Amino acid sequence: MVALDQVDLEVYDDEIFGLLGPNGAGKTTLIKILCTLLSPTEGLALIKGLDVVKRASQIRRIINLVSGGETPGYGILSVKENLWFFSQLYGLPRDFAKDRISKLVDQLELQDYLNTRMSKLSTGYKQRLNLARGFVNDPAVLFLDEPTLGLDVLSARHLRTLVKDWIRTGGKTVLLTTHYMAEADQMCDRVGIINRGKILALDTPQRLKTKVAGGATWKIEITPNLSQPESVKSVPGVVGLSQTDNIESGVTTLKLVLEDESVMSDILSKIRENGCRVLNMGKSEPTLEDVYISLVGTGFE
Amino acid sequence: MMLRSFSIREELLNNFRAAYARMWVRLRGANRDPISLVAEIGLPILTIGAYVILYKAIGFPSTAGAAVIIGGAMVAFWTNVLWNMSSQWFWEREQGNLEMYLVAPVSRMSILLGMALGGGLNTAIRALGIVLLGIFVFQVPFQLRDPLLVGVVFVLTLLALYALGMLFASLFMLYGREVWNTANLLQEPVYFLSGAYFPGFYGPIVPGAIQVVGSLIPMTIGLDAIRRLAIGGGDIASVWLHIIALIACTLILFPIARRALNYMESLGKKEGRLTLRWQ
Repeated sequence: MVALDQVDLEVYDDEIFGLLGPNGAGKTTLIKILCTLLSPTEGLALIKGLDVVKRASQIRRIINLVSGGETPGYGILSVKENLWFFSQLYGLPRDFAKDRISKLVDQLELQDYLNTRMSKLSTGYKQRLNLARGFVNDPAVLFLDEPTLGLDVLSARHLRTLVKDWIRTGGKTVLLTTHYMAEADQMCDRVGIINRGKILALDTPQRLKTKVAGGATWKIEITPNLSQPESVKSVPGVVGLSQTDNIESGVTTLKLVLEDESVMSDILSKIRENGCRVLNMGKSEPTLEDVYISLVGTGFE
Repeated sequence: MMLRSFSIREELLNNFRAAYARMWVRLRGANRDPISLVAEIGLPILTIGAYVILYKAIGFPSTAGAAVIIGGAMVAFWTNVLWNMSSQWFWEREQGNLEMYLVAPVSRMSILLGMALGGGLNTAIRALGIVLLGIFVFQVPFQLRDPLLVGVVFVLTLLALYALGMLFASLFMLYGREVWNTANLLQEPVYFLSGAYFPGFYGPIVPGAIQVVGSLIPMTIGLDAIRRLAIGGGDIASVWLHIIALIACTLILFPIARRALNYMESLGKKEGRLTLRWQ
């Protein structure tokens, strides 16, 4: 199985670069290669000009990795103890480590939990601790692998703000993987859309959206969902379709990317043929999700 | 961006810090839960007690009881080596810590060294508890002519034993749950092959083949030496061969462990199994 295929990209200093793709697209594989956790079967990957295979030990001094949904550390140790421990893996002298930890604890609002065992923290605070750990060596390159996975809206927002503030300190690079379109849109200077190991598009979120804006994007709410979405997809002029079900309300949202709007009547006929009722419809501003739909033909579902 | 080269001194210092921190985690973690301390000292006494009583009942000299108490204390180290060294990468991987160790700019050997030091110190506290409790409860005789020499042999035994633990940890780095079975497989046979629970392993009763196989385990050699010094009243003349064997074990096992660790890490990176969980 090929996890990454002909991936060719460059990420710059002072940039938050997003890799956007569904599960199994190859995002984490790429990050693991860059973090020296995996060896590529072929090709070359460089961090600050250093080969990740041959110069791994040098690279490790300037990188760090934060994975969402992970809680590295020891549950029996407190927040402070865990941070101290990880600081020692980067050889931070005692007083220096103490200052760094103190700053991180303030920035991540962990003061009240400093002496709390990690096992007793909520998911959100565990992820804050995880992020603090990622910053502990003040890396030049920070890899964030779906960092807001499982976080509530407020915690996710806090984390995003923190990363954006941090990158402004200069000389830093963030490579972020996510399957949250809005997160990539909000945080990233540039985005690479990846699917089945291939980079399908790479540009700023704005430019990517502009490319789709040449056509038309529509949002249609229907009930029940399409039993045969292929019948809608096969309408000439449909570039892509995503279908998202809301189980609670029973409403399904279709996102359509079209070459032009003239095909709308055919689409509505097909929706009716599927036995669906249209509840609401309207044009929408293109989003990164539309970009993805236009490239792959479907959404992440 | 030009990366500054680190001097050997800086590299050593960084690795020392990592080893110390990992040792500290083990010490702090293991002693934060007092129940484990009580269990790890109290429970072995039950097994030891059964053997001491058995040997008394069949008329063995009281030194047999002392041999079992020392054996029981050394078993604590073997258990620690198996469950807290050999299978440790498995646990670290499941917790998400292995990735962090592998991304960190320190030698993995320094992490293993920290684990070994922490494990050794922790278990030494427990082993001392077992010996003291055993002496108190069963009133067995000890003849310590040269406590310093006993200490030296004890430390050499631990060095060889934990070097073996580091080798196992390296070899089992990519293991999933099978590491449990492997640890189980190595646990009981070594209790027997080291003569932990019976005296006179190198005597006429134990078959020669078993003595040979048992001698491949550092614990067997160290245990026999400690028994000779602490029970038999022996001196350096009775254990010099043991000392050489233990030093040789350490000197052989440590570099093999290092090579094995590098090999397994490299293999894991190629096969993508280093961070693969729920195996």
